[in-house]
Amino acid sequence: MQQEAKTLLEGKGLELVLHRLCLELVENCGDFSNTAIIGLQPRGSLLSANLHKRLEKITGKSIKHGILDITFFRDDFRRGEEILKPNTTKIDFLVENAHVILIDDVLFTGRSVRAGLDALLAFGRPQKVELLTLIDRKNTRHIPVESNYIGLTVDTHAGQKVQLTWNEDLNELEKVTLFTK
Amino acid sequence: MSRLSTEHLLGIKYISEEDIHILLETAANFKEVINRPIKKVPSLRDVTVANIFFENSTRTRLSFELAEKRLSADVVNFSASGSSVAKGETLTDTVNNILAMKVDMVVMRHSNPGACVFLANELKKYPKSSHARIVNAGDGTHEHPTQALLDAFSIKNHFGKIEGLKVLIVGDIMHSRVALSNIYCLKKLGAQVKLCGPATLIPKHIETLGVEVEHDLHKALQWCDVANVLRIQLERQDIKYFPSLREYAMKFGINKKVLSKLDKEILIMHPGPINRGVELDGDVADSKHSIILDQVENGVAVRMAVLYSLASIKE
Repeated sequence: MQQEAKTLLEGKGLELVLHRLCLELVENCGDFSNTAIIGLQPRGSLLSANLHKRLEKITGKSIKHGILDITFFRDDFRRGEEILKPNTTKIDFLVENAHVILIDDVLFTGRSVRAGLDALLAFGRPQKVELLTLIDRKNTRHIPVESNYIGLTVDTHAGQKVQLTWNEDLNELEKVTLFTK
Repeated sequence: MSRLSTEHLLGIKYISEEDIHILLETAANFKEVINRPIKKVPSLRDVTVANIFFENSTRTRLSFELAEKRLSADVVNFSASGSSVAKGETLTDTVNNILAMKVDMVVMRHSNPGACVFLANELKKYPKSSHARIVNAGDGTHEHPTQALLDAFSIKNHFGKIEGLKVLIVGDIMHSRVALSNIYCLKKLGAQVKLCGPATLIPKHIETLGVEVEHDLHKALQWCDVANVLRIQLERQDIKYFPSLREYAMKFGINKKVLSKLDKEILIMHPGPINRGVELDGDVADSKHSIILDQVENGVAVRMAVLYSLASIKE
């Protein structure tokens, strides 16, 4: 089926959005001594690595960064034809009493974030958890979850898809596209 | 595509190389999970697993139960002693009764080879009433698939690969389900396998499985990268296969002296329980060459992967 593609973010505009998100984090997290940023696998981890690099450059400090797999906490286990394949989790710092920023690329139904919150608790009880998403899809939520930090809010319907395109080394975001069937 | 080619884990013989890779990769994720501060994940909520053990077991049973609980499954345990089996109930009746209680998975150990295959065939007769998945936890001298998977996982963890490695299996091959499952698993993953033991404990025509046989322990150890040492299964030996345990230990027992004669270091594995001083000396079992306790830890992760993967498909 022919898909219609609309570019949501690219080039200078994308760069500004990413930079603004970092500045918002710097404004709210102080010196990051008690803050950790954690990307939700699989797609949020690339974004979190990118933002982590930017934040360390802006603050000149070492900031805790982890990636979190949510597969075992998903609510659609035993409902599909395939095994839900897990990804790597790497959190080599204490989450207990920390201020955690969960990062995902797109906020759609909210189910991944719900699973992410459950998965995070296996590592301890954070003092505070906030959510950062690059794209917030309006009117598509299945669960009452909202982002604290939003790159861009987009009006979409369930049949559409938002896709992030990364460069070959997977460290620079090239553009964000909205596909409509 | 990420799904197993089978509904049950009856033996390594019945699963594909791709299945083994899926299970080992998933096990690596579970190994990370069981090293977290909170080791439990909710994947198998609402899945009931019956552990049906018609034969004694410590490690395997504990390991399965731990795996099930770490996956949040509901667990019922059954052992032959103290049950209706003692009153003469047949295997089919016992298991059908348990399945009628809406059990989703059955982990079974039985002293008869092929008991799990028999059970899977029985279940096919009632396709509407039972979708239960069966996991073989050891059936007589036939197979012990989760042990082979955890051995392969432990080898892969240590060497980073399995393909091309030389693996020696030493001891009572004849009565060992671990040996047969290991042979199938390692061959499917591309390892070279050699067997070593007294001629009376090596089955005839075993070479047809693509393995070599060597009766000289020193030569065999010199050849291998890994030696998987098996327990002498006195409980399964109805006649004498070798003159005495002392003689066995002298010819096929692995100790520091035997290892010091080699011009390289090899990895020592054992599925447990160890007959210390017979097939393996205590100082080797507790040395840095041995990964026996890693095997036990990996056993939980591998069994979590097996249960998770079998349970994950929609019924």
